[in-house]
Amino acid sequence: MPFLEIDNLQKSYGTAKILKNVSLEIEEGGFLVLVGPSGCGKSTLLNTIAGLEPITGGEIRINGQRVNELHPSKRDIAMVFQSYALYPNMTVAENIGFGMEIRGVPKPERDKAIAEVAQLLQIGHLLDRKPSQLSGGQRQRVAMGRALVRKPQVFLFDEPLSNLDAKLRIDMRTEIKRLHQRMGTTIVYVTHDQIEAMTLATKIAVLKDGILQQFGSPAEIYNNPANMFVADFMGSPAMNLIPATVAMNGKGLQVVMEREAREPIKLPIAHAPAGLGAFQGKKVMFGVRPEALTDPEGADRDAKAVATADCHIEVVEPAGSDTFAVTNLGGKAVVARLRADAHIQPGSNAPLAFNLSKAVFFDPATEDRIV
Amino acid sequence: MSTASQDVATRNGVFARAAIYAILILFAVYYLLPLYVMLANSLKPLDEIRQGNMLALPHQWTIAPWLSAWSTAQIGVSPTGLKPYFLNSVMMVVPAVAISTILGALNGYVLTKWRFRGDTIVFGMMLLACFIPFQIVLIPSARILGLLHLAGTVPGLILIHAIYGLGFTTLFFRNYYEAFPTELIRAAQIDGASFFQIFRRILLPSSGPIIVVTVIWQFTNIWNDFLFGSSFSSVDSIPLTVALNNLVNSSTGVKEYNVHFAGAILAALPTLIVYIVSGRYFVRGLMAGAVKG
Repeated sequence: MPFLEIDNLQKSYGTAKILKNVSLEIEEGGFLVLVGPSGCGKSTLLNTIAGLEPITGGEIRINGQRVNELHPSKRDIAMVFQSYALYPNMTVAENIGFGMEIRGVPKPERDKAIAEVAQLLQIGHLLDRKPSQLSGGQRQRVAMGRALVRKPQVFLFDEPLSNLDAKLRIDMRTEIKRLHQRMGTTIVYVTHDQIEAMTLATKIAVLKDGILQQFGSPAEIYNNPANMFVADFMGSPAMNLIPATVAMNGKGLQVVMEREAREPIKLPIAHAPAGLGAFQGKKVMFGVRPEALTDPEGADRDAKAVATADCHIEVVEPAGSDTFAVTNLGGKAVVARLRADAHIQPGSNAPLAFNLSKAVFFDPATEDRIV
Repeated sequence: MSTASQDVATRNGVFARAAIYAILILFAVYYLLPLYVMLANSLKPLDEIRQGNMLALPHQWTIAPWLSAWSTAQIGVSPTGLKPYFLNSVMMVVPAVAISTILGALNGYVLTKWRFRGDTIVFGMMLLACFIPFQIVLIPSARILGLLHLAGTVPGLILIHAIYGLGFTTLFFRNYYEAFPTELIRAAQIDGASFFQIFRRILLPSSGPIIVVTVIWQFTNIWNDFLFGSSFSSVDSIPLTVALNNLVNSSTGVKEYNVHFAGAILAALPTLIVYIVSGRYFVRGLMAGAVKG
């Protein structure tokens, strides 16, 4: 049974619709990440779950109970804000204990809970300091401590890592994942960083313009994006979306990609989705992730359908762990991800292996994936 | 050659600096001169002033004018000195400043953190109150005070000053709280704090500079007010400014200039002290974007 359910949620400011019929659910102990570009409504969605903003329509249920009308403090949630929102006039201990103080928890009990959380987050030595005397990472920990001490049913995180520098962000990401594994509490987490979404989530919801684009596990989102927006948004470097046509070749379908001054590349399509037959002779968008487009020696040995084609390499970008090569197919720059020590020269022709079992196709008109 | 030009540059620098200091000292003296004249003459016997040398230090030092101004000088019909009126002013100013500051802070809190439909219109109307000349509201105010049976009393003056100050105090606090992070309010809401708990525990402790600005502003305005004081007071509730006028403008007897000077300084003393004690915060509060322009 789902633990947190968001049922057909709508939210408008006047005539502006911010959230349009969003439906989501997450099981107990799950880690739901809301991801999307800025202005997509993900933070608004989180605020409506928290009860900080009223909703226009739909229903939110936590553990089977409708919470639409409940005050934020009665929803048994805790929230970590982007700016941390630590009370500047209180010490770290007072910040963590404020909620308990308001609820009238006696002081000895409060001190015990604060000490437990401080130990868990290793901030015991900071308890007497004011927030202004803490570093960004320490503030982040205190903000998490304030949420943890409530032992809520659901944690809400609003872009908690976006104010940290790159290295600290990765450390804290691991820390949050470790905390989630240890505590097992349900988490809803908002981010615009798709890598954070992939690494943390058990379920990802991709939003754009207030509309839920896709909801699924990280692997589903990554391998089978529902539309071109999701394909492009998730993954770094982004998925290659190559204009192509579908043609019949003997018994099977093949995908044809135009090239400048050379004959087109024709690749046989393995396991063609059922809907693709209707696109014979028509334009499609051929989607292939950079790691499914590599040098023949680096190709996945378990892949069932690999086709190799000679491509003109325009740019080579060594990145240490991999080497990225850019070629041009169907009038678009296409990124291939090769092994770090692949021998490849810009300006030369090199064979590239297309892992077609990982390829997806989109309808250019609707931008939806062809299934 | 380079040493020579350096010497010239140094000499020019010294000269410019000297000129700046000279001008600054000149202006300081210019502004301090009235205070000096008041102080010097309030410590002289009346005879010395009559001899006409206003700028000279007293030959014979005396604090008699001060004692007279405070407790025995003739004010209107009774020889009470300024003392009872000073107390009237204190009893008027303290509650009026407190009430208008607290209500201004609450207004600012609601107008920034508990937005409602039409909040900007409400704020605009309160702002308008800052620009209405005092004289226009005299007759309506008198009528309302009469209806409330507060005419001619200290509570009546408190009411008038508190209401009239509300526009300004609301403006100060609203602009200050506008920059206060809303996420803090939300965090406190999730922690279960009520409307007033958030105000008292989260907002007020961070409002030091703007409270100082508001208190100075309100204290100075209400303490120095003459119009409302002379219009709405009766024998028992005359504030200090009106009493000082009665002292100085008495049409009978000898003009005791030394007593008048002492009385004027006494009347100005509280606002001076407020500025000296909290002037630093005043500037800081102004810098925090509280008062623009």
